[in-house]
Amino acid sequence: MDTNDSLRLASLWHSMHAISQQLSPTTGCAGIELLQADTFDLHCFQSLTGTKFFVVCELGTLHMEALLKVIYELYTDYVLKNPFYEIEMPIRCELFDLNLSQAIQKDRIALLGR
Amino acid sequence: MIGVGKIKQYSNVLDKPLSRGRQEVSLSAFAFLFSELVQYSQTQVDNIAELERRLEDAGYAVGARVLELLCHREKGNRRETRLLGILSFVHSTVWKVLFGKVADSLEKGTEHEDEYMISEKELLVNRFISIPKDMGAFNCGAFVAGIVRGVLDGAGFPAVVTAHFVPMEGQQRPRTTILIKFAEEVLRRESRLGG
Repeated sequence: MDTNDSLRLASLWHSMHAISQQLSPTTGCAGIELLQADTFDLHCFQSLTGTKFFVVCELGTLHMEALLKVIYELYTDYVLKNPFYEIEMPIRCELFDLNLSQAIQKDRIALLGR
Repeated sequence: MIGVGKIKQYSNVLDKPLSRGRQEVSLSAFAFLFSELVQYSQTQVDNIAELERRLEDAGYAVGARVLELLCHREKGNRRETRLLGILSFVHSTVWKVLFGKVADSLEKGTEHEDEYMISEKELLVNRFISIPKDMGAFNCGAFVAGIVRGVLDGAGFPAVVTAHFVPMEGQQRPRTTILIKFAEEVLRRESRLGG
């Protein structure tokens, strides 16, 4: 997936998320948290500032909320505290990538162990 | 806590022992502040060398104050006058107060007599910072280099101090080395004072 694909996917998800908020029959709905498709699950976490993180995974993968929280923490540490990151721009931070792949690796090992 | 227990009354503020201050501050708060310092400096300069110099100047002011404070608080108003003394003062005392630990290593340069290196596997100021590829060898450790220069200069050891990334074998991340190159007069004085 290149940068353009990511941007396309993100903007698609952003609009769907926004529409779901308005369509929801309950008041105060924060948007889709889990989308279950035939071939994948999509978990979404929205931070207080409206930044959305989502992970696409195999059907029925557990503990994705926890993973999203970890990723959010990494984002606040290695992206927001980095003086060379411009807000709202694609993330190009070596430390973020490094720690992100480590977190996902760790998650995969934890899953295999279960 | 205010008003709890009996506090010894000093008639003169100068008789009071100097407070050790709070030993720890929030790393996040520091990281955001430092990030803002770098971002502000970036708006004031045209090139990377200038950015480095600005950060170093900001550090210099810290170093000059730290020297004054630590000589008074830790060393009973004495300061080191010998080369190795001041280097180990920077490596242990200063580092401990600023970063909560002594620096990973202090070495003498192999090629030049007047060069010393303080190395740190992960410098505190660089903990959250990724340098973009287009900035080349720029290192935010320039701020720490400035602190070291401030301490050394204040103690009468003028030196040129720079920060560099040094790749490490078997490590994903390079370490930061603070390179200290003393002025000629310092070495001349040192050899006059003898071993």
